[in-house]
Amino acid sequence: MPDPGRPGRGEGPLRVAVIGAGPTGFYVADHLFRAPGLVVEVDLFDRLPTPFGLVRGGVAPDHQKIKAVTAVFDKVAAQPGFRFYGNVELGKHLTVADLRQHYHQIVYCTGAQTDRRLGIPGEDLRGSHPATEFVGWYNGHPDFRERQFDLSVERAAVIGVGNVAVDVARILCRAPEELATTDIADYALDVLRGSRIREVYLIGRRGPAQAAFTTPEIKELGELAGSDITVPAEEAGLDALSRAALERTQDRATMKKVDIIQSYVRRPTGGKARTLVLRFLLAPVEIVGGDAGEVTGLRLARTALYATPTGTLQAKSTDDVEVLPVGLVFRSVGYRGVPLLGVPFNDSWGVILNDKGRVLDPDAKTPIVGEYAAGWIKRGPTGVIGTNKPDAAETVVGMMEDLGQGRVLSPAAPERSALERLLAERQPQHFSYADWLRLNEIEVSKGRPAGRPRVKFTSLEEMLAVVAR
Amino acid sequence: MNIASILATKGGQVFTARPEQTIRQVLRLLAEHNVGALVVVGGDGAPIGMLSERDIVRHIARDETLLGHTVDSVMTKTVIVGTPQDDLVMVGHTMVESRIRHLPVMDGGKLVGLVSIGDVVNAQRNQYQGEVDTLQIQLSQSGPAMDH
Repeated sequence: MPDPGRPGRGEGPLRVAVIGAGPTGFYVADHLFRAPGLVVEVDLFDRLPTPFGLVRGGVAPDHQKIKAVTAVFDKVAAQPGFRFYGNVELGKHLTVADLRQHYHQIVYCTGAQTDRRLGIPGEDLRGSHPATEFVGWYNGHPDFRERQFDLSVERAAVIGVGNVAVDVARILCRAPEELATTDIADYALDVLRGSRIREVYLIGRRGPAQAAFTTPEIKELGELAGSDITVPAEEAGLDALSRAALERTQDRATMKKVDIIQSYVRRPTGGKARTLVLRFLLAPVEIVGGDAGEVTGLRLARTALYATPTGTLQAKSTDDVEVLPVGLVFRSVGYRGVPLLGVPFNDSWGVILNDKGRVLDPDAKTPIVGEYAAGWIKRGPTGVIGTNKPDAAETVVGMMEDLGQGRVLSPAAPERSALERLLAERQPQHFSYADWLRLNEIEVSKGRPAGRPRVKFTSLEEMLAVVAR
Repeated sequence: MNIASILATKGGQVFTARPEQTIRQVLRLLAEHNVGALVVVGGDGAPIGMLSERDIVRHIARDETLLGHTVDSVMTKTVIVGTPQDDLVMVGHTMVESRIRHLPVMDGGKLVGLVSIGDVVNAQRNQYQGEVDTLQIQLSQSGPAMDH
């Protein structure tokens, strides 16, 4: 074996490609820059012209505080060894083989880009949408700006009780004037202004104690200017198993959450334009369609909870079925990673096949030299933005161990200039971090007169025009 | 968070032993794979017991001929089995209360993984660290409050 030398320790910089400029990509870069004694260059790629992944395209427009984390990412981007290459897609402009010619280490941070399906009849009827498409749409994500959502119906259901489901329900229920001062996409605000939705149902398979949403999220739903909130008493109450589990764990956050939900039972409704109805212990069985292929209802089976051997409470459907008349359904029951061309995938969990972030050969189950994963594409879609920081740290620890052992790639053309020559050929319309800062400045200044945090560019053409390419 | 998020970063390999193997044989497996426990599986591949370093230490202290004994004479026969959807908070409680350090995980009748108490602690620590970090950033933000 030829000795690849020790890049990053006096033999020229360690060259690292990070694929995906969401929070995880920045955390990986941050940990690398903090590695003691390491001389490192990090090239961060994203298929979009803009960085920050779900912080820009996922976090709800009325939750700007959560987006404050971008200040941390700006600091990472200011490191001399950092470059951003936006509008560059792996599999389209560059291949894994290209990356292996230019980098010592490659880290995939591509997240979980698709929705899980419910696997029930009627899922593809007109008016049934993955919740994440609606989220991408109101957030001005270029992939989703052309989507159509018919808000002329009176009743909508959101299936799922995670934070995305809560976001979708909340945006549907907000008064337009509450959203007008956010960075919601203008076209989305226009459609929401014309919304005729009067009732929104948020539907969970299990009970209030098992719902994934947090206490602040559920509290916020009770404080909307344009919407009342209610929950059927029999669904807000706790069954014996849930009570016993809370007794055992003494989980105060969950107790508080249940208290808030139960307080909604007694809330008067009808005063505001809309009503948000929380429903629990219901499993979707079928999305019911009309003659024109449109959604007319949602068939739901009442569930009963049972305890698994580890004490987790799960739901099983009973024969007790109801049909909820709704004209619009948003499905939000989890996400899955998308396989990358030429990178081993673990289909069971919807992630890149990995061991603590080291990508594994599917046959030998041993690490593939130079390839790593971090974030949702490594562990699946769990946790908050900050959870990706320790996750990225674990991957970087493995990268540094491997570097110490000389287990890195020996790229034929490790100089950054070589990569930039290749990019000039494959994707001349790539965006730098300076380009992004310019876009950002214009977005923010456009928002200022209306008291909005920004007005987003939502199409590649607009963004290209600004940076004059 | 559930067990699936732990198994996702463990490469999908589960190290198993057969009940008729000798302790000498399985000690080699433990050392080779650098693990603290093996799932003992029957003919159908389903777990019938767990064999940990601790089981071996406890027995060998009483009987030095242990190395030639078979796995089924030493293994712990009461096994709690998890599913990928099991919640980590409940799993943690169950493992601590039942004093078990390893939990085999089955999905659709197939053994799909082994989770240790260390894995559970690590995943929960990362989750809490992440939440604290995220909250601190939000609290330290001085700009206009947009949250309603």
